[in-house]
Amino acid sequence: MPQLDPAVFVPQIFWLVVIFVVLFLLMQLVAAPRIGQVLERRRQALDDDLGRAAQLKAEAEGVLGAYEKALANARVEAQATLRQISEQMAAQAAARQRQLTAALAAQIAAAEQRIAAGKEAALADIRSVAVDVGQAVVEKLTGTRPPPERMEAAVAGTLARRAG
Amino acid sequence: MADVSAPLEQFVVKPLIPLHLGSYDISYTNSALLMTIIAALIMLLLLGATSRRALVPPRLQSLAELSYEFVIGMVRQEIGDEGIAFFPLVFSIFMFVLFANFIGLIPFSFSVTGQIVVTATLSIFVIVLCTIVGFVRHGVHFFHFFLPPGAPLYMAPVIVPIEVISYLSRPVSLSIRLFANMMAGHTMMAVFAGFTITLGIFGFFPIAINVAMFALEVIVCALQAYVFGILTVLYLRDAIHMH
Repeated sequence: MPQLDPAVFVPQIFWLVVIFVVLFLLMQLVAAPRIGQVLERRRQALDDDLGRAAQLKAEAEGVLGAYEKALANARVEAQATLRQISEQMAAQAAARQRQLTAALAAQIAAAEQRIAAGKEAALADIRSVAVDVGQAVVEKLTGTRPPPERMEAAVAGTLARRAG
Repeated sequence: MADVSAPLEQFVVKPLIPLHLGSYDISYTNSALLMTIIAALIMLLLLGATSRRALVPPRLQSLAELSYEFVIGMVRQEIGDEGIAFFPLVFSIFMFVLFANFIGLIPFSFSVTGQIVVTATLSIFVIVLCTIVGFVRHGVHFFHFFLPPGAPLYMAPVIVPIEVISYLSRPVSLSIRLFANMMAGHTMMAVFAGFTITLGIFGFFPIAINVAMFALEVIVCALQAYVFGILTVLYLRDAIHMH
C-alpha cells in the first residue's frame, strides 16, 4: 500500500495541519458566526412578522368589537326612536279620536235636542189640532162651538188618561 | 483512475513542489493540493453562498445553512449547550471529511481520506482534544472515566485495563474505519475499471457494476463523514459529561 510509505507521512501531516488550522480559523471567526447570524436574523424576522400579525389581528378584533358595539348602539337607538314615534303617533291618533268623539257627541247632543224640540213642538201642535178637531166635531154634532178652554181641558184629560 | 496492473496507484502521493524545512520533507504534494481545494470549496460554499445573507435563501445558501443546522443540531442534541463552543471545530472536521470523501470520488482526483496518515492525524487530534477537555473540566476526577460508577472496587483490576484499552482504541477505530472504507471503495472501482479494459467487448459488464458501486460509494462517503462527525461529538460528550 503506497499509503504506508513513511516518506509520505510528514509532508501530508504538515499540510493537513496547516490547511486544517486555516479552515478552522476561518470557520470559527467568519463562517460559523455569519451563518449563525443569518439564521438568527431570519428567526427574528419571522418572530417580528408573527408578532406584527398578532398585533394586527388584535387591532382588527378591536375594530370589529367597536363596529359591533356601534351596530348594537344604533340598533338600540333605532328601536328607541321607533318606539317614540309609534307612541307619538298613537297619542296623536288617540287625541284625534277623542276630538272626533267629542265633536260627534256634541253633534249627537244637538241633534237630540233638535229632535226633542221638534217632538215637543209636534206634541204642542197635536194638542191645538186636537182642540180644533174636537171643537169642529162638537160643532157639527151639536151645532155649538164649545169654548176652547173646555175643549183644551178635555184633550188634556184624555191625553193624561192615555198616558196614564 | 489506474491501469490494470496497479489499482493502488491512485493512492500514491506525488510531490508537486519539493519543499524542505530543516531536515524534514514538507513538499507540497497532490494530497496537499486536494486538501487546499477541499478547504477552498468549503469556504466557497459557506462564505460565498451566504455573502448576500438573503432572508429567503437561494439554493447554495440553503445548502450551507442546512449543513450548519445539521451539525449544530447534532452537537446540541448530544452535548447540550455546553457543546456549542466546540461546534466550529466539529463543523470543520465534518465538512473536511465530507468534502474529502466526495471530491475523492471524482475520477482522476485523489482521495485524501484514503490516506491513513490523514485520518489518523485527525483521529488522534480528536482524542487528544477530548482528553484535554476532560482533564480541564474534571481534573483528576476524569480518571474515574476508567472505572464506571457502580462498579465494585474489587473489579477495578479487570475493568480499568479494559476501559483504558477501549479508550486508546478509539483513535485507531476512528481512523481505520474511514480510511478502510475509502480505500476499499476506490480500489474496487479501479479493479473493475481494469476489467473493463481487459474484457474488450464484454467490458460493459464491469462498467454496470461500477455504476452501481459508484452510487453505493456516494452513500458510503456521506455516511462515513457522518460517522466521523457523530463519533467526534460523542467522544466530546464523554469528556464533558463523563459517562
